[in-house]
Amino acid sequence: MNLLGKLSWAAIPLHEPIIMGTVASVGAVILAALAWVTVKGYWPHLWREWITSVDHKRIGVMYLVFALIMLVRGFADGIMMRTQQAVAAGGAQGYLPPEHFDQIFSAHGTIMIFFVAMPLVIGLMNFAVPLQLGVRDVAFPTMNSVSLWLTATGILLINVSLFVGEFAKTGWVAYPPLSELQFSPGVGVDYYLWSLQISGIGTLLSGVNFVTTILKVRAPGMTYMRMPVFCWTALASNLLIVAAFPVLTALFAMLLLDRYLGFHFFTLDAGGNAMMYVNLFWVWGHPEVYILVLPAFGIYSEVSATFSGKPLFGYRSMVGATLVICVLSYTVWLHHFFTMGASAGLNAFFGITSMIIGVPTGVKVFNWLFTMYGGRVRFTVPVLWTIGFMVTFVFGGLTGVLLALPAVDWQVHNSVFLIAHFHHVIIPGVLFGAIAGYNYWFPKAFGFKLDERWGAASFWCWFIGFHLAFMPLYVTGLMGMTRRLQHYDVLAWQPWLLVAEAGAVIVMAGIICQVVQLVVSIRHREQLRDTTGDPWNGRTLEWATASPPPAWNFAVLPRVDELDAFWAKKQRVLTKQALPGRPHRYEPIEVPKNSPAGFVTAFFAVITGFALIWHIWWMAGIGLLGAAVTWLAFMFRVEGEVEISAEQVGQFDRTHVVEVSL
Amino acid sequence: MRYGLLAALLTGAMMLGGCTEGVLDPKGPIALAERQILFNALGIMLAIVIPVILAILGFAFWFRASNERARYRPDFTYSGRLELLVWSIPAMTVLLVGGVAWIGAHDLDPGKPISSTVKPVNVQVVSLDWKWLFIYPEQGIASVNHLTIPVGTPVSFELTSSGVMNSFFVPQLAGQIYTMAGMVTRLNLRADYSGTYRGMSANYSGVGFADMYFHVDAVAPDAFAQWVAATRTAGPVLDAATYAALVRPSKAVAPFTYRSIANGLFANILSVAMQPAEGLCVAYPKSVRAER
Repeated sequence: MNLLGKLSWAAIPLHEPIIMGTVASVGAVILAALAWVTVKGYWPHLWREWITSVDHKRIGVMYLVFALIMLVRGFADGIMMRTQQAVAAGGAQGYLPPEHFDQIFSAHGTIMIFFVAMPLVIGLMNFAVPLQLGVRDVAFPTMNSVSLWLTATGILLINVSLFVGEFAKTGWVAYPPLSELQFSPGVGVDYYLWSLQISGIGTLLSGVNFVTTILKVRAPGMTYMRMPVFCWTALASNLLIVAAFPVLTALFAMLLLDRYLGFHFFTLDAGGNAMMYVNLFWVWGHPEVYILVLPAFGIYSEVSATFSGKPLFGYRSMVGATLVICVLSYTVWLHHFFTMGASAGLNAFFGITSMIIGVPTGVKVFNWLFTMYGGRVRFTVPVLWTIGFMVTFVFGGLTGVLLALPAVDWQVHNSVFLIAHFHHVIIPGVLFGAIAGYNYWFPKAFGFKLDERWGAASFWCWFIGFHLAFMPLYVTGLMGMTRRLQHYDVLAWQPWLLVAEAGAVIVMAGIICQVVQLVVSIRHREQLRDTTGDPWNGRTLEWATASPPPAWNFAVLPRVDELDAFWAKKQRVLTKQALPGRPHRYEPIEVPKNSPAGFVTAFFAVITGFALIWHIWWMAGIGLLGAAVTWLAFMFRVEGEVEISAEQVGQFDRTHVVEVSL
Repeated sequence: MRYGLLAALLTGAMMLGGCTEGVLDPKGPIALAERQILFNALGIMLAIVIPVILAILGFAFWFRASNERARYRPDFTYSGRLELLVWSIPAMTVLLVGGVAWIGAHDLDPGKPISSTVKPVNVQVVSLDWKWLFIYPEQGIASVNHLTIPVGTPVSFELTSSGVMNSFFVPQLAGQIYTMAGMVTRLNLRADYSGTYRGMSANYSGVGFADMYFHVDAVAPDAFAQWVAATRTAGPVLDAATYAALVRPSKAVAPFTYRSIANGLFANILSVAMQPAEGLCVAYPKSVRAER
């Protein structure tokens, strides 16, 4: 009986110079940051205003901070893989041994999907959806904080795997039997499973929260067909979360039972069937693609309408297309394993359904196109990302249709052609959208715009770097190069992989430009200050309040009579049909009280997760008990809300004059 | 030959890389047909995608805010005709490409035997950690990490795995198929030209995965007969004991052959009885699947 389970000093990879160097430098940065916060005495502020905050805007900002930090981690993994493949040709082994390389590509995929793309879209939905709906918060503000901190728990655990133990060497899909105890006896797969289980609970809670918010909490007069398209896509995305994430949780629970208690769901023997894992994984996995991409489509819709100075073309079509995608996304998953030898009819059926989902997607592209038609397009940074997305994404969609043909898929499945394809849809489809949204809503969140020149520089680096990095992979994929190769014998692939490496370096320049953009913007915030609350001549309600909005968002809840409510109101003011006026009477507003419940729960979740990974059973018990007690304490609290007095609301509203009030 | 130009362009791009191997350089009827479907679908799609990309760039440029000549039409938000058009263009494309998908999935189904007057050669494939075992049941021989097949003769594969899932893939001859423990998948292909083609596992299977490639020698039928005869005269015997030794994980194994094989070996591999005993679940030696 060992009190520390499987944990010992041997778990720390002291013999790996790359890992120890990384740990040392990351540790130094974290220590410096903590020291800075301590010296400046920011802890009380940080605790009161951010960590315990249940304000949807602050939670959204924190999601984005986590996502952008993890983007750097995930990108570092990516460029390490590119560098390895650029050099490990012929007899060369490169600089990463297989044990390390295999962890890197597994971590890259896991981090980019779960801890970059997901927090990016959830963060932006958190920030923008309640504002666009014209309400004061999401339906369950404290649960929102729990979601955030459980996601942070997953992020922490996956990063701990870097220096205590190891990460999975199974690829980000962790297919059994490879991920079973028989072939992966280490803690790597357990890190993968527990970090995703814990953050998955957070994601599911977010989904429940947003579905409830959008269905039940909207400004007076905002009927479904008056909701901004971003809210529609957020609704579709969260419906998918609610329906798909339980599948993943159940699936991982089965794999955990196999690994911890000797069950036989996916083992080689005793009736286990690994293909059931593959099947269920993609029952979650394909809707997941649309969970990520639909909110980005919403952002593109908002950006293209705002900066073309006209309403979105074909609003009803756009809503319809979103809902069609939402439903169809459940009918295509088998295209991830056309190569398992299913019958021709089955393959053909799923091939065709996969193509059909391209129809509503194509409609969306045409609608953005006609939104620009007859508009006055202002080439701001969000628009650059949007147009960059459109031209890139249609080509990614093209290769997607190729992969949907079973006969073609057999030839390019598992090759780097496939890698090129899904980066070609996910990078423009999700990341470009999130960066467009970040540039678009940043002035709303902080009251000043981001620097345009560094933003444009970042876009061009990303756009050029992306194409250089992934176009060559289509070629090597057609030349027969499979994915996840630590080294290879075919020298003809190497020139293409060197080009891809150059592309990755240019993408890195793009990321550096983004960091510089943020720093420069903060330094020049007085020149970039927006006092109107409406820096882009916006159309939707988030621009009708001050930047940054107060905790209660709107002094008086806006009354909505049509689509693009804020724009319509501005037009009426311009044509003198209505005069700007301010409400003379303010009511006191109740806002939810800050709560440490989310953070404390997450603290115990970290303990539980770490203990379960290392088989430290007593510690897991303490963690679970702590989380339960936290929740009991939270449930028995007396006061859930604080009242903002009418005078305070009125004073804020008078000092932050928005150009048009509703 | 509508896509001749396209084919030439793509092949040209490959030549620049100094290599014609791969999906675009098929050496058998299956891979050739698969390439044709790739080109057909690509041609159909490009006919839509290129105008769309040009329209995006054109509209964005012409309707830039600084262009005084562009007409500002803030009320242009709905047009029934355009709506019909934007739904029908992708729908028609899908109708067309969907037909290609349906026909391709049926005609080129990997399990479908290739019709031929020549009697097919049967090969049983087992993916091991991290090498390939090819069993020739009719010839009574086996080889590791090297596949020899006769040109112009259909080859019919039955595939399984000793443990971890892999994917058997020779791009110049046919698409890939998974190998899964306890299950059999089927693949049919034919080489029409003699030569040496690269084959590999396409599905990541652990630390030795990068070395899990092999070469396929497509040789004239009489050379194949000679190879079989020569193989029968030398090398070890593949039975339960030598299989147990072979199945142990090893990387980058140099090709070698077995002069004879034990009866029913492939069927035994399918049942878990032949699998490594280091597994956790030795308490259940017999697979439920194998009993079926």
